[in-house]
Amino acid sequence: MLIESGSPVAADTKVGISLTINGQHRELQVAPWTTLLDLLREHLDLTGTKKGCDHGQCGACTVLVNGTRVNSCLTLAVMKDGAEITTVEGLSGLANEGAGTNGLHPIQEAFIEHDAFQCGYCTPGQLCSSVGMMNEGHAHSRDEIREAMSGNICRCGAYTNIVDAIEDVMAQGGAR
Amino acid sequence: MNRFDYVRAGTVAEAVQAFAGAESARFIAGGTNLIDLMKYDVERPGRLIDITRLPLGEIAEHDGGLRIGALATNATVAYDDRVRARYPLLADAILAGASAQLRNAASTGGNLLQRTRCYYFYDTGTPCNKRQPGSGCPAIQGVNRIHAIFGTSPHCIATHPSDMCVALAALEAKVQVSGPEGERSIPFAEFHRLPGDQPEKDTNLRPGEIIVSVDLADRDFSRHYTYLKLRDRLSYAFALVSVAAALELDGDTVKTARLALGGVAHKPWRNEEAEALLQGKPATRESFQAAADLVVAEAKPQAGNAFKAELARRAIVRGLEQAAAGTPQSITDKRIQ
Amino acid sequence: MTQTFSSTGRDSFVGTPRSRIDGPAKVTGLAKYAGEFSAPDLLHGYVVSGIVAKGRIKSIDTRAAEAVPGVVKVLTHENRPRTAWLNYNYQDQVAPPGAPFRALYDDKIHYSGQPVALVVAEDFDTARHAATLVEVDYEAEAPSVDLSKVEAFAYDPPMKRNGIKPPPKPWGDADAAFDTAAVRVREQYTLATEHHNPMEPHASTVIVEEDGTYTVYDKIQGVSNSQGYLANVFGLKKDDLRVMNPYLGGGFGSGLRPQYQLFLAMLAARDLGRSVRVALTRDQMWTFSYRPEAIQTISLGADRDGTLQALRHDALAPTSQFEDYQEVVVNWSGILYRCDNVALTYKLAKLDTFTPADMRAPGAVTGVFAIETAMDELAYAAGQDPIQLRLKNYTERDQTQEDKPFGSKALKACFAEGAERFGWSKRNPEPRSMREGRELVGWGMATGVWESMMMQTSAHAILTADGKLEVGNTTGDIGTGTYTILTQIAADTLGLSMEAVTTKLGDTRLPEAPIAGGSWTAASSGTAVMKACRDVGEQLFRLARQMDNSPLANVDFERVAFADGHIEVAGDPARRVALVDVMRAAGVEKLEAVGQAAPDKDFNSQYEAYTHSAVFAEVKIDEELGQVRLTRVVSAIAAGKILNPKTARSQILGGVVMGIGAALEEESMMDTTLGRFMNHNLGEYHVPVNADIHDIEVIFVDEEDRANPLGVKGLGEIGIVGTAAAIANAVFHATGKRIRHLPITVDKIIG
Repeated sequence: MLIESGSPVAADTKVGISLTINGQHRELQVAPWTTLLDLLREHLDLTGTKKGCDHGQCGACTVLVNGTRVNSCLTLAVMKDGAEITTVEGLSGLANEGAGTNGLHPIQEAFIEHDAFQCGYCTPGQLCSSVGMMNEGHAHSRDEIREAMSGNICRCGAYTNIVDAIEDVMAQGGAR
Repeated sequence: MNRFDYVRAGTVAEAVQAFAGAESARFIAGGTNLIDLMKYDVERPGRLIDITRLPLGEIAEHDGGLRIGALATNATVAYDDRVRARYPLLADAILAGASAQLRNAASTGGNLLQRTRCYYFYDTGTPCNKRQPGSGCPAIQGVNRIHAIFGTSPHCIATHPSDMCVALAALEAKVQVSGPEGERSIPFAEFHRLPGDQPEKDTNLRPGEIIVSVDLADRDFSRHYTYLKLRDRLSYAFALVSVAAALELDGDTVKTARLALGGVAHKPWRNEEAEALLQGKPATRESFQAAADLVVAEAKPQAGNAFKAELARRAIVRGLEQAAAGTPQSITDKRIQ
Repeated sequence: MTQTFSSTGRDSFVGTPRSRIDGPAKVTGLAKYAGEFSAPDLLHGYVVSGIVAKGRIKSIDTRAAEAVPGVVKVLTHENRPRTAWLNYNYQDQVAPPGAPFRALYDDKIHYSGQPVALVVAEDFDTARHAATLVEVDYEAEAPSVDLSKVEAFAYDPPMKRNGIKPPPKPWGDADAAFDTAAVRVREQYTLATEHHNPMEPHASTVIVEEDGTYTVYDKIQGVSNSQGYLANVFGLKKDDLRVMNPYLGGGFGSGLRPQYQLFLAMLAARDLGRSVRVALTRDQMWTFSYRPEAIQTISLGADRDGTLQALRHDALAPTSQFEDYQEVVVNWSGILYRCDNVALTYKLAKLDTFTPADMRAPGAVTGVFAIETAMDELAYAAGQDPIQLRLKNYTERDQTQEDKPFGSKALKACFAEGAERFGWSKRNPEPRSMREGRELVGWGMATGVWESMMMQTSAHAILTADGKLEVGNTTGDIGTGTYTILTQIAADTLGLSMEAVTTKLGDTRLPEAPIAGGSWTAASSGTAVMKACRDVGEQLFRLARQMDNSPLANVDFERVAFADGHIEVAGDPARRVALVDVMRAAGVEKLEAVGQAAPDKDFNSQYEAYTHSAVFAEVKIDEELGQVRLTRVVSAIAAGKILNPKTARSQILGGVVMGIGAALEEESMMDTTLGRFMNHNLGEYHVPVNADIHDIEVIFVDEEDRANPLGVKGLGEIGIVGTAAAIANAVFHATGKRIRHLPITVDKIIG
C-alpha cells in the first residue's frame, strides 16, 4: 500500500516505495522492518553489499544513499523512499568516462593494484566508504584518511594498502 | 525484529499525535541505535513513527547562539562552519564518536536518546534492570570494565555512551521538546537522569515528547576547550573516560570553567563544585589537580573498572591543560597533546 | 633444489608481484560467499541460542513461533530427525579427540550460546522475529569457566590430537640448573581468549536439487571436510553431496571444522525437503571456536653472559567438557633456543565452554608470546642486547625432535635485515630513555616461528584445444591468494599467459586437497598443480614428437621448454610448435592429468622445517593516560621461496595486524557466574581499525629450502607469531613496566 503522512501502516502490510538503485528506478513492496541491507541482499539479489555484523559495528554494509555513505544494516528501506542508492555493483557506473579500461571505478582499480583486500568480504563496504569519504572532502592526509575509514573493519588487515589505494585515487583527482 | 506499525509523520503535531494511545511507540530518525536494539529484541516498539520528514534539520541563529534542529545529522553539525567556529568543542566531541557512516545517519535528537552499551542490557540472555525492571544487575558482580563509577545505584551501573552529549553538558545546552502537553525547554543537566531505582528511564522526557532542537547559548568557549577521549582502540570505540573541558580565561586566571565527563556515569557527569573551585584560580596544573581530585573523590568503582577513577583524574587534568593552552585534542592525530 | 617452474629456466610470473586474479570479482561485488547463493523457495533458518552455560532444557515452547505466518517449522531436540548415532561419524578431518558437539541432540546444555532451536521460515525477517518467540525453560547449574580455578584438575590429554606434536620428554635437569643459574627469570604469562571473527559470519546454504542430491555452499576452509562430515552424519553418499565455497570471507581457523550452522541447514533441508540457508549472527560468532587463553610459566636460567642453562615452559590451557582440543604451545621454546636442561609441559583443564579451535598460528601466538617476552626479560637481567641474547642461544638443530638439523633457517638474516631497516642500532637499551614530546618511545623485538608443512594433496590440470588451461582442487582461497599463485605456477610450468589459465577451487568435484590451514596450502597445492601441469606437458611432448616434420624430432623431454604457448627445443626457440597446433594435429580435444603432492619422507626423516621471523615494533605511549600508539613494525620473514611478493606481503601485513589486535585490544570477556562471553559484538570486542595501524614494513630474506620441489614454506601464520611479544617488549622499553598479560590495555599501563 501507499504511505499517507500520519496514517499508520499496519504491521502485516507491505509498503510501496520507490528507489533508484545503481541508476535504475525501482518500485518495490517492502515490509517496514526490512533493512536496506536485507532488501538488497535478500530481495534484489544484490549480494555485493555485505552483512558483517548487522549492527553498524563493522562497515561491511556501507552503501551510498544520495551520495552519502551510511550503514545499510541500520537503515530501514521504507524510510529511504525516493532515495538514490549506490552499491558496489553500481560504483563503475559512477565513474562514467573516468572508468578504466576494464570498466571499473578508479577506486576499484586502485584496490586491485594496491592489494587492498584479501578475503574480499569487507571490500564492497571499504569501496563505498572510500567514495563517500572523498565526496565528503574532509580527509586529505594519511592520518585523516585512517580516521575517516575507521568505520570499516578489515579482519585480514589490509589497512595500509587501503590507505595507499585511496591516496592514489585522491592524487589522481578523487572520486569523480 | 518484532512486528510494528509504521507511521510516516509530516509535521511535529502529526508525530506527537501518532504517539498518542500507542504506548510502545518510538520515534525513529537515524535509527542507528534503535534498529540496532530492535534486532537484539531489546527494543520492541509496537509502532515506529518516522520523523525524518519533519522540518527539523536546520541549524539556525537563535538568541545570539545556535539552534540545532533535532534532525540535523551528527555529521552536519560537526562540519557546520558556525558550529566549528563558535562551538568547536561540540564539533570535536561528535567527531570523536562512532564512525563517519554512523554520523551521517545519526540525528542530534537520537544522539541524546542513545541507550547504554552495557553488555547485559544488550544481551536478552541475561538479567538487566534497565531492560527488564526487577530482573537484577549482573554487571555489578560481572564484567564491568566499561561501567559507571559515578552516580550508580544498586540497580544499575550503566553509562551513557554519547560523546556529543558530554560536550552539550559542558556547553549547558537546552533541549527543546514538544509533546502532548505542549512545548518546554529542558536544561541539559536535567535531561538525562541517574539510574536510582528506575534504571529503565534514561531521561526525563515524558511519554510522547519529541525533541525538536538543541539550543546553544551565546558563550565563547571557542579558544580554550578540548574533547579528550580515552578508549580501547584509537577510533570507533566508546569512551572509557572522556573529558569535555571549556574555559574562559582572564590572562592566566580562570574566569569560568566547564567540565563534563563521559563514559563514567548514567549521564554526562558534571561536578559544579569542581568548576566553582577553578573559578578565579590560576590556570595551572595544581589548580586542575585540585579540581580533578574533587571530582574523583566521589567515585565508587566496581572490581573491573577501578582504573577509571585514576584515569578520569588524569584525563581531567590533561583536558584542562589542553583547554588552558588552547591546544585542543586532535581527532586525527592520535598523539595526546 | 628448486629451480624454476618454467622449463625455460626463467619464470615469467612466479616470483614477481601479481595482482590477485580474483580482484575484479571482489571489487565489483560479484564474488559470492556461502550465505549468498540462492535457490527457488529457499528457506531461512535462524538459530535460537541458549542462555545458560550448564544444565538442561526443562521445556521448550515453540507454539508462538510456529504461529507466525511464514514460519515453516521450529526444530528442537524434541522433534529433530535422527542422525548418525556414533561419535566418530561427527568427527571431521581436524577434530580433536572426543565426542564432537551435536546441535539439538538432547536436553543437555554444554555451554552458553549453545543452539537450542532452529526457526525455519520463508524469509529471513520472519525467522528472526519468530526466534524471539521461542520460550525455553532451563534447569541451570553453576558452570565452571574460570581456568585459574581448575588448575588442580589439569591433566595430560590421554589421546593426542592428530598432527599436533605433544611436548617432548624433558632433557637434562631444568629445575636443578635453574636453581643454580647466575641469572634467573621466572614469570607467569597469560593472554586473553580471542574469537576469530572473520568478516563473513558463518553461513551454509543447502540446496536440494531436483534429482534429490544436494549442492551445499558452506563457509569452510576446505570443502572436502564438510562433504565428509555431512556424508557421515546424515548417511549420505558423497556423490550426492556437492560442497562448494569459491570464496571465503576470512577464516583464520574458524572455518577449519564444519560448524553447527552446516549441520542445522542440512538437518532442516532433509526434514523439509527444501533448500535452506542458515547464517549466524555476529553475536553467534561467540558460540563456537575461539583461541583459548593459557596460563603459562616460563623459567629461564642463564650464565652471566646470557647463555641459557635452564629452560622450563609450563602451560595450562582450557578445553571443553566434550573434546580434548590441543595445540603446540610450549615446544616453540625448545625449538628456538639451544639449551641443555629443558622441560616443557602442556596440560589441559575442562571448562563448560565450547571446544577451542585453531586460530591463526594456534599455540604459537600463545607460547611464543611467553618465551619471547621472557627472553626480553632475560636480556635485561643479563645486560644483553635482545638480538645478541638470541644469537648467543641460537640453534641450528631442533632439540625437540632428536636434534635434527633445520632444513633451512635464515633467522640470522631476519635479525640483521630487520634490525638494519628498523634502525635498531640507534636504540638506547635503557628503559624510559627515549622520548618524543609527551610520549615515551619504546623499541622492542621478538622472534617468530611456525611449522612449515606439506600435506597429501592432489590437483588437476586440463588443457583444452583452444589453448586454455584449467587447474584446481578442493582447497579454499581464504584470502591468502591461492587462486593467484596457482595460476602463476600453472602458467609458468606450461609456458602460458596467466590469462590462459583458470584456477578453480572449493568444489568437491575437483581433486581432493586438505583444508586451507597450517600455512601448507602453497607448498601442497602448488606442488600438485605443478606436477599435474608437467604431466600435461609430457603428454603434449609425446604428441608433438609424433607430428609430421616435428621440430622436436629426436629431442628428449628434458631438452624441451614451454614458452609463449609453444613447446620448443630449449635454447633453440626456432624449433617450436604451438600447443594448440599439437593438439589439433593429434586430434585431441583436451589433455588432462592429476598431480599428487605429498610430504618428502626422506627430507622429513633428516630435517625439521620451520619458517622464522624477526619482528621489530615501535610504540609511543602517553604514560599518564595509558594510551599506546603502535607507530612502526618491521617484520623480516624467512619463509623460503616467495611465489608472489605482492600477495605474500599482504599475508604478513594481515598476520601483523592480527598480532597487534592480540597485543593491544582483543579480549573475549567471560562472566564467570553466567559462564557467558559478554562482549560478543564488534563494538565491544575490539579488533584493530584503520586508525590503529601505521607503518608496517615487510622484508622477505633469501632462504633456500628443499622440503618440497617449490622451495615454499608457507606464509599464512608466521606474520602473527612474535608480533605481540615485540609490542610488549617495546612497551617495557618505553615505560619500564613489564606487562605479561595480554591485551595491554589502558588500565594495565596506568595501573
